[in-house]
Amino acid sequence: MKPVVEVHNVGMKYQSLNGEITALENINFSVRDGEFVSIVGPSGCGKSTLLSIISGLIFSTSGTVFLSGEKVMGTSPKIGYMLQKDHLFNWRTIYQNVMLGLEIRKNVTPSTKEYAIKLLKTYGLYEFKDKYPNQLSGGMRQRVALIRTLVTDPQILLLDEAFSALDYQTRLVVNDDIYDIIKKENKTALLVTHDISESISMADRVVLLSKRPGTVKNIYEVNLNCANRTPLSSRETQEFRHYFQEIWKGLDVHV
Amino acid sequence: MSMFNLKKDSISYRAQVSGISPEHKDYLHRVRMGKIFVRVIQLLIFCTALLLWEICANAKIVDPFITSQPSRVLKTMARLYVDGVLFQHIGITCLEAIVGFVLGTVLGTLIAIMLWWSEFLCKVLEPYLVVLNSLPKIALGPVFIVWIGAGPAAIIVMTLAISLIVTVLEVLNGFLTIDQEKIKLVQTFGGTKFQVLTKVLLPASYPTFINALKINVGLSWVGVIVGEFLVSKAGLGYLIVYGGQVFKLDLVMTSVIILGVAATVMYQGVVYLEKMLVKNKT
Repeated sequence: MKPVVEVHNVGMKYQSLNGEITALENINFSVRDGEFVSIVGPSGCGKSTLLSIISGLIFSTSGTVFLSGEKVMGTSPKIGYMLQKDHLFNWRTIYQNVMLGLEIRKNVTPSTKEYAIKLLKTYGLYEFKDKYPNQLSGGMRQRVALIRTLVTDPQILLLDEAFSALDYQTRLVVNDDIYDIIKKENKTALLVTHDISESISMADRVVLLSKRPGTVKNIYEVNLNCANRTPLSSRETQEFRHYFQEIWKGLDVHV
Repeated sequence: MSMFNLKKDSISYRAQVSGISPEHKDYLHRVRMGKIFVRVIQLLIFCTALLLWEICANAKIVDPFITSQPSRVLKTMARLYVDGVLFQHIGITCLEAIVGFVLGTVLGTLIAIMLWWSEFLCKVLEPYLVVLNSLPKIALGPVFIVWIGAGPAAIIVMTLAISLIVTVLEVLNGFLTIDQEKIKLVQTFGGTKFQVLTKVLLPASYPTFINALKINVGLSWVGVIVGEFLVSKAGLGYLIVYGGQVFKLDLVMTSVIILGVAATVMYQGVVYLEKMLVKNKT
């Protein structure tokens, strides 16, 4: 079976008046259907750039990305993108926020409306549908942001530091929450983070990028001995620390 | 004004929720008394000033021929009313101000959208905007009169000249300070530039628009009065200039007072509009 995402020899160079910056170099990896892959790397290694390339928002200067075997030529409805902050529009109600993606894609139909309502009901937000974002907690807002993405029915979710704007406690809860929803909805996910624990706790595989120019340094298969795995229960397993040590060494952080 | 109302709302809200303790009741009482005190002092200053003005003029401490006096202002107003020209002058000036104000805001916003749309156009036009923004637009008055002719049209163009560039810069600046990530969000859904404009830029710039409106209310009055000074045959600005030329200070003072009231009413109108819109948005 073809991988859902295939990143092939991708490189990215930025031009500026002061010269040229090579952000990414020769990146190769793939994501299987239903898999959760994390990308970790030091700050400034081009993690977010890589996600933008995969989503088709920007184009790499070399190499290609394939989605289910098709070359990426621009943004695709197969992809749902989650940004660092929820970016809910405070002039729209929760329901109107959720409908944003469908409006933009001109895909507001009775059946998509119904699907939006169903998602809001399933994830406990239906009673808040006519409220405005500033009346919701940070965790709930992140959940709305996820539903806004899910309602367009993407195959692949790209999460760009999607939790790092939350405080630590909220973040642990939201990790569990979002992970649960992604698994229930049976989505393939690609998470970019600088948080090693977060990357291990959620992922089936962790892709480690080197510092700039970013290139794949190692890929770790995460096998945790734990039934009914959730991000929180993952953190309690024996193996967790072992993976943490290994990735930490691989990151090679110096101050 | 709006701040006071907001405070009052949140206070009564809390009182409803928690039930009133004696300390809280005491606090509410103090707040209310404080507000009444401010109002009383405001009224006192106003009445004292009018009274002093009237007394000094009557006692010939100041020359009412030069300073006018409240009773004469009232008489002048009544005479203008009886002559049937009071509301005609007020109406003309207000109409010019409103037309200039609306045109300045709408055109300014449209130009700002154009400049945001095309970075190239924005770069090319930047020095021209800088010069036009720095130039005292009043200097263009004679040019407008020659080009357009002495009349309401020239006055409206004068008003437009004063408020337009400020609006363009204010709105454009508002557009450019909008979180890029919000724009990126729309793009991740495959949104076009036009959708970025309608889904993010315009709704997010709502506070900027209100701000621009508030600035423009003041500026359009400046434009109208300057315009009327230069060309007009009617309006409050005309009455002020005419009164000055024939040394009828009663007429000048009366017009200035009416002008103050009219400008305040229009400003409060914008504040009221803002409140209505905010109520609908949140």
